[in-house]
Amino acid sequence: MTARALGCSAALLLLACGAASRSDGAVEFWALGSEGEVVQALVAEFERREPGVRVRLQQIPWSAAHEKLLTAFVGDAMPDVFQLGSTWIPEFVALGALEPLDARIDASPALARDDFFPGILDANSIGGHTWGVPWYVDTRLLFYRRDLLAGAGVGEVPRTWDGWLEALARVKQRVGADRYAILLPMNEWEVPVALAMERGAGLLRDRDRYGDFRAPAFRAAFEFYLGLFERGLAPRAGVAQIANLYQDFAAGFFTFFVSGPWSLGELSRRLPARLSDAWGAAPMPSTGGPPPGVSLAGGASLALLRGTPRAAAAWRLVEFLSEPRQQLAFYRLSGDLPARTSAWSDGSLVGDPRAQAFREQLERVRATPKIPEWERIADALSRSCEAAIRGELAPAEALARLDSDVDALLAKRRWLLEREALR
Amino acid sequence: MRRSRIPPGVWFVSPALAAIALFFAVPVAASLLLSLTDFDIYAIGDAANLRFVGLANYAQLLREPLFWIALANTAYFVAVAGPLSIALSLAAALAVGSPLARWKGLFRTLLFLPVATTLVAVAVVWRFLYHPRVGLLNGALAALGIAPVDWLGDPRFAMPALIAMAIWKNFGFNMVIFLAGMQAIPERLYEAARIDGAGAASQLRHITLPALAPTFLFVAVSTGIGYLQLFAEPYVMTAGGPSDRTLSIVLMMYREGFRWWNMGYAAAVAFVLFAIILAASWLPWRLRAREAGA
Repeated sequence: MTARALGCSAALLLLACGAASRSDGAVEFWALGSEGEVVQALVAEFERREPGVRVRLQQIPWSAAHEKLLTAFVGDAMPDVFQLGSTWIPEFVALGALEPLDARIDASPALARDDFFPGILDANSIGGHTWGVPWYVDTRLLFYRRDLLAGAGVGEVPRTWDGWLEALARVKQRVGADRYAILLPMNEWEVPVALAMERGAGLLRDRDRYGDFRAPAFRAAFEFYLGLFERGLAPRAGVAQIANLYQDFAAGFFTFFVSGPWSLGELSRRLPARLSDAWGAAPMPSTGGPPPGVSLAGGASLALLRGTPRAAAAWRLVEFLSEPRQQLAFYRLSGDLPARTSAWSDGSLVGDPRAQAFREQLERVRATPKIPEWERIADALSRSCEAAIRGELAPAEALARLDSDVDALLAKRRWLLEREALR
Repeated sequence: MRRSRIPPGVWFVSPALAAIALFFAVPVAASLLLSLTDFDIYAIGDAANLRFVGLANYAQLLREPLFWIALANTAYFVAVAGPLSIALSLAAALAVGSPLARWKGLFRTLLFLPVATTLVAVAVVWRFLYHPRVGLLNGALAALGIAPVDWLGDPRFAMPALIAMAIWKNFGFNMVIFLAGMQAIPERLYEAARIDGAGAASQLRHITLPALAPTFLFVAVSTGIGYLQLFAEPYVMTAGGPSDRTLSIVLMMYREGFRWWNMGYAAAVAFVLFAIILAASWLPWRLRAREAGA
């Protein structure tokens, strides 16, 4: 009897929750982290403009967002429209959680495909469909100390790998044993992957069914990367050892580091005033082709829940947030770089050489392989990098192990593709 | 018609049994089933992508080098942190419980404080202590003329660093248990020993320690079980690094399950850990039973 009562009350509770969140017809919108805070102002403006639509905004902290979205999907409690990290899209496509947006984008007077950075838009397209509208963009590039570079006799920021290596060597010679030319946290995969893409590595092969890390292009980039540590240009430090990146940068512990747009704001806020003109941002160097070199397509997109009854209103919110004017307002509030290229002609961005470095880089970004397993592969890659940097594995061994690990991770994907082929 | 006779006792325990069945037995059975499948992100999307794989998850787990690394790390942690923390707890209990000690309440509170402190706050402070360049610990070493150590970044020192923190964080709890055990020892035993001319050392050896034996057993088993489930310390301090040197079994399970959503595989890790914990907690009781029987 108790069990039945328990069961009943649990069922009632679920019903009540479901009813409470679904009955009033408001568009449920989940935004992540600080974006979730600042977008409130824009949502208020949207509601003024669209009197018939009400938006219920929920802020989800970044650290819990991925889990929360997945559990919401399993529990059938997904929002109608939500922010997605661009690297999560493949996973949610595999889940069948997203609405394909091609027809809506093509029919929308507010959106034009050629007004987005091609590499970023590509990151949102899988299997011939577009699943997300880029909301803001990010990528990684070089941050550097102009004064330390000049002190080492390097007049210009290097644009090629050769020039880069030479600049790093000169800086290292100048700063001595206790300081370094560049900081590359050795358990981060982003830099080696960007370098490998610049060399033309595909990372995976045969329709992303096997790892391809022993390919000559990846190998070459990997050895270049390892060389930075072997030659003492970069400290052998992991993310956990870097207590305060910006303080260390201000202290001149390293001259270069590779980071994203969030560092623009952090550096302006945290660096002492005397250094406010001493730092710059520059696109990644190239291996020989015209600069810049390739970097990673990142950022966040807005996506619709597949089959939501409030799709029309939710889509109007996406269109609204994608307007160049709203993109600029969002940039001013959050520092997140606009996804619409037309928003970049605004004076505040044109006049900022650091932002312009990002603009240049964003024209040459590539998406990491668009499969749900990628984050996991990236984790295996970080661990192989760390083992090779520490000298626990020879480079060839590290890459062989990586390939076999990745092949194992992709076993299920191969099975799914084979089954599909049989049908 | 015969009326069914259900003993009234069953009615009294049924709420508890129902709760146990609902919140313990059902989830455990479900996760056992889960561990026999390849439940993953694809299976969440479409149940047709779920395969029954039998014991393949377990077989793969035993083949995976990372599992053995995690197992070795966990064993290292239990084997070093366990005895050290029990010894420290006992020493602290003896010091605080000694008739010579003053301000007992104050010391007991201070020594218990780390147990009551949030681990994340502790981790933030300890990360500063361990900082290779500005940390207090390296500052002290430098004063002694010893070169700085990269506590959390060097594969050799990361686990010892976590062990030191975990011991500091946890010893207060066992200290309180030991104190309670010591209060149960009749004062007349010590009186008799003193009359027989026993010094402090032989009183400790022949009265306190033997009388604390059951407490020891409890402390050893509960500490062992707790330490086998090492998770929060590496999760907040090192994320399992450097070079997987602080990756524990539970951390591995967490990553598989909640980071990669390989629920089937993560459930297999959970059951292997369950078996290990069961064996580890059964062994001391068994040994004690044999001792008592002999």
